[in-house]
Amino acid sequence: MNVRMILLVLLMVLPGVTNAQGFAGLGTDAEGFAVPKQGAQLQFPQDHGPHPAFRVEWWYVTANLTGADGRDYGIQWTLFRSALRPFDSKGWQSPQLWMGHAAVTTPKAHFFDERFARGGIGQAGVTAQPFEAWIDDWQMVGPDFDTLNLRASGAEFTYDLDLMATGPLVAHGDRGYSVKSAAGQASYYYSQPAYQVRGTLDLPEGPMPVTGWAWLDREWSSQPLSEDQSGWDWFSLTFDSGDRLMAFRLRGESDLFTSGTWITPDGQATPLGNGRVTATPTEWNEAHGRRVPISWQLQLPDKDLDVQISALNPAAWMGRTFAYWEGPVRVTGSHQGKGYLEMTGYD
Amino acid sequence: MTRAIVQAIWSHWRCHPLQLATLLSGIALATALWSAVQAINTEARANYANAAQQLAAGSLDRIVDPLGPMSLAQYRTLRRAGWQVAAVREGRLTVAGGRVDLLGVDLLSYPSLPAITEVSDVQGIAPIDALTAPGRLFAREVLAKRLRATPDLPPVIESTQVPVGTVLTDIGTAGALLGEPEQISHVVVLPNQPKGAPALDQVTPGLRRISAQGDGAIASLTDSFHLNLTAFGLLSFAVGLFIVHGTVGLAFEQRRPMIRTLRALGVPIRQLRRLLLVELMVLALIGGTLGLILGLYVAGALLPDVAATLRGLYGAPVDGVLTIRPVWVASGLGMALIGTAAASGQAFWKLSRMPLLSTPGARAWFEQTQGSVSQMAMSGLGLIALGMVTVLLADGLIAGFALLAGLLMGAALCLPLLLSRLLNIGGRTAGSALSEWVWADMKAQLPGLSLALMALLLAMAANIGVGTMVSSFRLTFTGWLDQRLTSELYVTARDDTQGGEIELWLSQHSDRVLPIRALEMEHNGAPIFVYGVVDDRTYRTHWPLLTPAQGVWGRVMRGEAILINEQMARRNNLWPGDSVTLPPDLTYPIAGVYSDYGNPTAQAILAMDELPRFGLPVPNTRFGIRLPPDRVGPVAQELRGAFDLPPGALIDQANLKARSIEIFDKTFVVTGALNILTLGVAGFAIFTSLLTLWTQRLPQLAPVWAMGVTRRQLAGLELLRSVILAALTTLLALPLGLALAWVLLAVINVEAFGWRLPMFVFPLEWAKLGALALLTALVAGLLPARRLLQLPPSDLLKVFAHER
Repeated sequence: MNVRMILLVLLMVLPGVTNAQGFAGLGTDAEGFAVPKQGAQLQFPQDHGPHPAFRVEWWYVTANLTGADGRDYGIQWTLFRSALRPFDSKGWQSPQLWMGHAAVTTPKAHFFDERFARGGIGQAGVTAQPFEAWIDDWQMVGPDFDTLNLRASGAEFTYDLDLMATGPLVAHGDRGYSVKSAAGQASYYYSQPAYQVRGTLDLPEGPMPVTGWAWLDREWSSQPLSEDQSGWDWFSLTFDSGDRLMAFRLRGESDLFTSGTWITPDGQATPLGNGRVTATPTEWNEAHGRRVPISWQLQLPDKDLDVQISALNPAAWMGRTFAYWEGPVRVTGSHQGKGYLEMTGYD
Repeated sequence: MTRAIVQAIWSHWRCHPLQLATLLSGIALATALWSAVQAINTEARANYANAAQQLAAGSLDRIVDPLGPMSLAQYRTLRRAGWQVAAVREGRLTVAGGRVDLLGVDLLSYPSLPAITEVSDVQGIAPIDALTAPGRLFAREVLAKRLRATPDLPPVIESTQVPVGTVLTDIGTAGALLGEPEQISHVVVLPNQPKGAPALDQVTPGLRRISAQGDGAIASLTDSFHLNLTAFGLLSFAVGLFIVHGTVGLAFEQRRPMIRTLRALGVPIRQLRRLLLVELMVLALIGGTLGLILGLYVAGALLPDVAATLRGLYGAPVDGVLTIRPVWVASGLGMALIGTAAASGQAFWKLSRMPLLSTPGARAWFEQTQGSVSQMAMSGLGLIALGMVTVLLADGLIAGFALLAGLLMGAALCLPLLLSRLLNIGGRTAGSALSEWVWADMKAQLPGLSLALMALLLAMAANIGVGTMVSSFRLTFTGWLDQRLTSELYVTARDDTQGGEIELWLSQHSDRVLPIRALEMEHNGAPIFVYGVVDDRTYRTHWPLLTPAQGVWGRVMRGEAILINEQMARRNNLWPGDSVTLPPDLTYPIAGVYSDYGNPTAQAILAMDELPRFGLPVPNTRFGIRLPPDRVGPVAQELRGAFDLPPGALIDQANLKARSIEIFDKTFVVTGALNILTLGVAGFAIFTSLLTLWTQRLPQLAPVWAMGVTRRQLAGLELLRSVILAALTTLLALPLGLALAWVLLAVINVEAFGWRLPMFVFPLEWAKLGALALLTALVAGLLPARRLLQLPPSDLLKVFAHER
């Protein structure tokens, strides 16, 4: 799931750089940093922890939830790591930078906050076993990767959710080696797409008990995009049948690169190479001077899949240091379900 | 047609170039002094705003550990509890040419620092450079040069947004440069705290949150200084407008026949009014532009001294460099336009309503412009009363200035009545017909001259008042220095270890050693320095106590009581009999209050043995050394040699006193300069008034001349008249000036600086000033007198032939 490369935001926290590079900064070379190798075996629990020799890395949770009031909610919890140099060190001058994003989306509102920290001083970090990922008071912590407690708070929201894995980890691409462009850029990428969720959202109108499903993505790399790729559209969908689909579309100057994984209810994964999935915007929304597609047609002929995807709240724009669209979606058509959509490069 | 009218109107200025020059200089002078003061104020304010913005010191709360620096663990605890804070590390950095303030801020938590934003907008600085070793330093141009000249420092980036004299950098870089990299001076509480974060005392008991108002003290101090300057600027502006008023009145008066002719030729009054208005505004813009240029030079010349004053008095950071701001230009020109309009409104109104065929009466113009003399005096008294009521009802600097303004304006309005009474008295002493005529003539001229004389009164009073204040202050200050700086030599050690060695060495090489040890803590949200002193007759005999009493030092030395400085006493209204509680929780009764000029912060003195009770590390690096004066040089040299001390570590008393006096004198150089300028403008106002009156003088002089008084005599009498009026005004300015001085010393100073000064009078200074005023009046009268002297007798004869 290469599309979550917001991480380089961290490289852009200082203004000016942001303007100069934008998302294209993800396409810069990997000099001095480790590069993913095809055929390498993922090691657990070690690989749940950080990989400081790689330039970017993230722990990315999205969840589709239903409140006691019967309404749909979505939450996001993300911890990004960005390395200025390929090592870690103690103290303020550690070259490892961390950024957290957390959001709650309702049909009517979108609450969002962000956090920054550097490595080396204990303000943010990840340990593999027992598992703990944190930045300030935001945390994803558990005895192991299957049983997690997820917390975050912003100026207008807090949430506290318990996650319980109901299936195995899923490796994308070739046993976790996920190709991102025709030129061969790649990342290590695995997911836990089936956490059952129970917990509470605390919103301005009061606390709301919720239940639902969460999807966790783990990805790390050093040079995940090719030079001409400027943005992406990424989908994680859970169908009522129990099947799941991860798919993304990278927008290059002249062509699109698509990829994905089909996951059966028991966790069997089938990689979907370039061109197998097609995603077409069908409706656009204009807000704050940006034009963002909020409805899509997604087709996967191999699985007789032809679905309409529409945003729960078209205003799920993450307008902070680094702006992108991320929010829950509904799925209708040949398959019914819910999911999450992320779109970058539209600002 | 319009062209012809314009030519006709303009022809007046062609015939009277001097008048044009006077008008333009009037507008220019008014604008110049006003805008100079504005430029200085704006520049200084921009500098403070800058300094405050760097840490949003003015708007964001801080969290500190009252016991000393914070630890990284405390920071981490705060963060893990959800508190959004940015860590700050402050220290002093030794660079080429001295020590500078180093400000290390966590740039990642606080990326919106203006200095960083500015630099990155222009140069695109990369996070990798700023955040990882060796890091980057940000400083203003001048300091950046010094930093680059210092070996082993990180690369330097110039930024105009960094406070003057400060090096800004990331906290990581600051830790590397200052040592103890995990140490944090304090944290800034960022906006947008998350929902439901636990309270501070639950997270990190012992840490204290300090609200942003803590820095307000400096702001109000500097505000007072700027208010002071603004008052001066307004005074000069008003004085300049007197000139404009006089000149415009004259010009319109002289153009009456022409306007009558134009109207008789069929030019509508509306068109004439419009054209005259345009003419005035064009002149105002030209004069205003000249004034701005002049103002820029004046401001440029004064700003370095203002900067020195602000730094010396309040520790407020101000650069000595001036930038031209569009707002400043706009407000300067606006003031010129408004001022000209105000000063010429009356003349303009009269002219535009002049009946078509009226015969202009020369005397009538001036008489009508002035209200009844006694009415003016009544409103003057009213203004004075209003000022007094304000100061009785309200506290604060603004009330003090309201009193000042009421006093000055009121006195100015009373001036014509007082002068006319004085002239009446003078008239009674007249022995001859001629002298009786001179007195009567002066009284007749009074309405036309009264504005200029008011300007002179204000300028003189300001001079006497401010002069008295400064001189009183200086006398008190030097006396206080003598009391306060009693040790012959002061030494500062590098650290406590060296301090101990020096103390031992000195005990064998000097009469007595007085350790100077201090703790910085907080009292009522403001910093306070608590000094520990050993029992020594130096303190008992010399210390400048404002509230001397029996046994004060005995109580202090036994640890039973505390001494506080005047600033702290006045600010918190604490006096002997009250008590002070200092953190963590030690209470001492106040035994006495001592004067502490030039220090903006609160200070207190305790017995040395009391300091350890506060539980803070007490540095032991500074000592006062008592020596016979002739041994100062040799001992200093030996000390330096024995401990390899840098030049700044040893200060001898004589040197320190000289430097303090120098700073003091610089402080008031601005005030002095503005004083002289105001007086100059007042002199110019007299000059223009006399010139204005000149044309109306002939009908009055001609009969006297016809009766046999020579032109030479008449010219002499003209000069005499000018000097007598100036002398009478000076006489009246003296009590006003002294009243002003009293208000400055007893009201304004207490509000602005926190101390009250005894008033000393300097009659010799007044004599000098009086002579200066008379000289000014004499010079102002010279040109009209010379004209009279050279006037062809035929002109005087014509007076009888003409209708006018």
